[in-house]
Amino acid sequence: MTSRQRSLSCGFLTIALALAAPFVVPALKVQLAILCIMIVLALTWDALGGQMGYNSFGNVLFFGIGMYASALVQVGLFHDVGAYTAASGTGTFEFSRAQYFVGLALGLWAAPFVAVAVASLLGAGLLGLRGHYFAIATLGLGIAGGEFAASWEYVGGASGFQLPLFPGDFDDRALSFYALALALAVVTFLVLRFLYAGRFGLVLNAIRDDEDKAEALGLYTVRHKVVAWCVVAFFVGCAGAIFGNLNGLIEPREVAFSGATFGVWMVLMAILGGKGTPWGPVLGAVVFYGMKELFWTYLFGWQRVALGILIVVIVLFFPAGILGSLRARRAPATTERRG
Amino acid sequence: MTNLLLFVEAPVLLIQVILDGVLVGALFALAAYGLALVWGVMNIINIVQGELVLLGGYVALTVVGAGLSPFMAIPIAAAVLFIVGWLLYRGVIFRVVEKDLFTSVLATFGLSILIAQLINQGFGADVRSIDSGLGTWLFFDGIVSVSQARVVAFVLALLIGAVLVIFLRVTRLGRAIRATAQNARAARALGVDTGQVYAWTYAINAAICGAAGALIVMIWVIQPFGGLLYTVRAFMIVIVAGLGNVVGVIGAALGLGAAETFVGFVFGTQFQAAFVFSLLVVILVARNVRLARQRRYLR
Amino acid sequence: MRIRVLLRAVLVAGVALSAPAAAKVEGSTIVLGAAVSITGKFSIDGQHTKNGYDLAVKRVNEQGGVKVGGKSYKIEVRYYDDESSNERAASLVERLIAQDGIKFILGPYSSPLTGAIAPVTEKYKIPMVEGNGASRSLFTKGYKYLFAVLSTSEQYLSSAVDLAAEKSREAGKDPSSLRLALAMGDDSFSLDVRAGILDAAKRYGMAVVIDDKVPDNFTDMSATLSRVKAVKPDVLLVSGHAMGAATATRQIAEAKVDVSVLAMTHCDSAQIAEKFGAAAEYTLCASQWAPTLAYSDKWFGSAGDYNALFMKAYGYEAPYQAAESSAAVLVFADALQRAGGFDQEKVRDALARTDLQTFYGPIKFDETGKNVVKPMMLYQVQDGDYKVVAPTKWATAKLIYPRPSWSKRGT
Repeated sequence: MTSRQRSLSCGFLTIALALAAPFVVPALKVQLAILCIMIVLALTWDALGGQMGYNSFGNVLFFGIGMYASALVQVGLFHDVGAYTAASGTGTFEFSRAQYFVGLALGLWAAPFVAVAVASLLGAGLLGLRGHYFAIATLGLGIAGGEFAASWEYVGGASGFQLPLFPGDFDDRALSFYALALALAVVTFLVLRFLYAGRFGLVLNAIRDDEDKAEALGLYTVRHKVVAWCVVAFFVGCAGAIFGNLNGLIEPREVAFSGATFGVWMVLMAILGGKGTPWGPVLGAVVFYGMKELFWTYLFGWQRVALGILIVVIVLFFPAGILGSLRARRAPATTERRG
Repeated sequence: MTNLLLFVEAPVLLIQVILDGVLVGALFALAAYGLALVWGVMNIINIVQGELVLLGGYVALTVVGAGLSPFMAIPIAAAVLFIVGWLLYRGVIFRVVEKDLFTSVLATFGLSILIAQLINQGFGADVRSIDSGLGTWLFFDGIVSVSQARVVAFVLALLIGAVLVIFLRVTRLGRAIRATAQNARAARALGVDTGQVYAWTYAINAAICGAAGALIVMIWVIQPFGGLLYTVRAFMIVIVAGLGNVVGVIGAALGLGAAETFVGFVFGTQFQAAFVFSLLVVILVARNVRLARQRRYLR
Repeated sequence: MRIRVLLRAVLVAGVALSAPAAAKVEGSTIVLGAAVSITGKFSIDGQHTKNGYDLAVKRVNEQGGVKVGGKSYKIEVRYYDDESSNERAASLVERLIAQDGIKFILGPYSSPLTGAIAPVTEKYKIPMVEGNGASRSLFTKGYKYLFAVLSTSEQYLSSAVDLAAEKSREAGKDPSSLRLALAMGDDSFSLDVRAGILDAAKRYGMAVVIDDKVPDNFTDMSATLSRVKAVKPDVLLVSGHAMGAATATRQIAEAKVDVSVLAMTHCDSAQIAEKFGAAAEYTLCASQWAPTLAYSDKWFGSAGDYNALFMKAYGYEAPYQAAESSAAVLVFADALQRAGGFDQEKVRDALARTDLQTFYGPIKFDETGKNVVKPMMLYQVQDGDYKVVAPTKWATAKLIYPRPSWSKRGT
């Protein structure tokens, strides 16, 4: 099999599995939807960290922005947001079926654009930083976002933002959001694939391998970096909008701008699967999230010990990720160069 | 701002506010010394820093629980944490020490989750503290109050800083540490056992954290999941001070502490965190602009 | 090849995840579900909650369990650790219901977490009895399956304001001359407490001269305290869970801050009297319950008996967080017996009709699901002990007012 064929068969197999999954394990629909969100997070992190060599801890900013943007649209279309959050979504604020779905559609549509707008504002300044300084500066992004949202009473402040309730039973809700999340994951994968295959991907790799040389060759590194950053913001914003609705409550520090959970997990998943490989982040997300859920189910009280050990083991023993080490074993001569 | 008027009414309040800030800053400085060292020498951002501090606090709690005086607990905590640091290095850290910064951030993040949870299992989740048995000095009719325990911590912070500086300048190991920080490969070529240097550096860091924890548990209260606070603080202080700069650490810590308490006093505590973060961003940006200018000259 | 291995691993994991389908009733055991905070910022109070549940379950089982439709059942609780996170709590409760098949939920610790869980239990029409979500916003949403045994959070410190007003009137001073200082944590519980205080202050026409929101981790409040010393308010009110109570107690003593009334929440869960000794003296503590109250029931006997039993089992005095959690279990046991079956709707209706005397106090829900018959307590720390000083009916000691100034105390 050529690598293209293998990749294709891999893709079909995954899609088939993903479509069958909610019927094979119907009780796990919500977890499956979250898994798709995780895949999107890992894939987009890898676009910066793996392909471009810019290790970001700040992508979670767009996750939160997407969440709040969508929520603002969903509620703001029909009610006064300030009054809504002040009453924390009490009975007087009703959403009809049509209102809910129109709001949801527009919210999901608006969220990525808000995220991209913020990304383009921050991009040029942040991406001027290199190496450690970039990683450190992005570390603050999520925290800043959380503090900002927590002090903004209009969107509920520290008490959070309750989203409108899904009209319909829980099963339909879980299935709908799974479908949305799955579609997002597939689109993200394909778009990133497409970008990597062309000139754009080569420029990103050139930046990763040696930014000064890339610049010397006449490549517009800054422009490419900002565009890549905005693409990431787009998909992460979408993911945030879906997750916000799935979770039902947006809490600024722990759900929306959760640097210590989603912010770190996306990095770990990408690394676990294999940075800079197309399938690595997907595999990493599946394995990491699966293990995490197993820990939470079976290791009451000790699950964080297990998670801590898991993280250390991933970083120490799988620095090239699962796919990376498989590849290295298969072809020991061609070791991949990493940023 | 009506709160600013308070200073006009009672100028001594300014003394209180600045004093509070400086004393708070000294505690954070203790957590930051080691980070500056580890970051500068080993190029590791030690996310587990805060948990090492907490561990020091819990060792002190155990020691005091066994009937020893709180001040005996400080060296004991430092000694125990020295061993913990050494073991951590030999077990985990040595594998990430010359990899990129990112790897070490993740590895130490994993350790921080692990240790916080182990503390929780071992000592319980209660809020804990030790009574230092010291009182408070009052000045200006009781308007200005200074807790003696904080003064002890302040003096110790200065002392440990001074000892550290002298140690790095004078002793053989200190010089080896500095040589490794400047260029590990060259140091190795000249016969420095950098592995040993790293182990010492990390263990010394842990020991200082241990002492810090023992002091913090006498002044504040601790609980197993409060470690991140100290990591973040230490991190900010080191960013402001510059890597490996021990003298800078104490200056930055006291300065940040004073500025923060002042802002908290004048504008309300809800703006403290936001202020410190924005200050950090300003400092980072300013430094970046300066670096960019430098880069332009070089071209 | 490798893909097949991977596939198999994924499948095994999937099966393992969806496996534990414990039914609501297994043989002669009724399984209740709870997400509690064993780790994270609420872990102290979360542990009290779990201890409370466990003690009540043990007690009910020892006394023959629950009789439903002529048959005796034992109770059991299936726990998950929500890590004090809303997001975890909501998804774990969903797992309890959808995967583990549990039909009756006990609440988590804290209002934000209860708020995150309630939409889930509502959706599934699963009755939840909780003893630790006091925020009043929980009871304005028309939830039908949420029942809370405790007094809502805006009452926590407003009772202290009432008490201060009463005392100043006795001293011949107009209550509106009192000035309040607030140091409140930045979470929905404390914000509710604050709202209650502001309401009360408005009622009396008192001025709020300091209104600080203290950051999440609540380690140092020296900036606020310096301001308190400068502005000299009459009443200082603090709310920030156990961490806040411990921090405030220590630092107020250290800075020798003098006010007429100092009141806070969560002092008993932070064990301030035990841990800080003289520093904690004369502090007023808002509490849902006190071991000295004269309430009693058939399971535990009196409040004092409960406290003794708790002390024996866990080695510390029962904080109200544990007591209210135990009460939640008792409410379930009582409702299940009255419902005579395990139908969710029947149990819900039985819960709604609850009119129960417990060691924790009387329990009767209004149509929003909150307990409306149990009053809040105020303790004052006197001679290293928590003495009930309000309401007067239950008082075991007289309020010492104003707090003696630090310069007049021994230490």
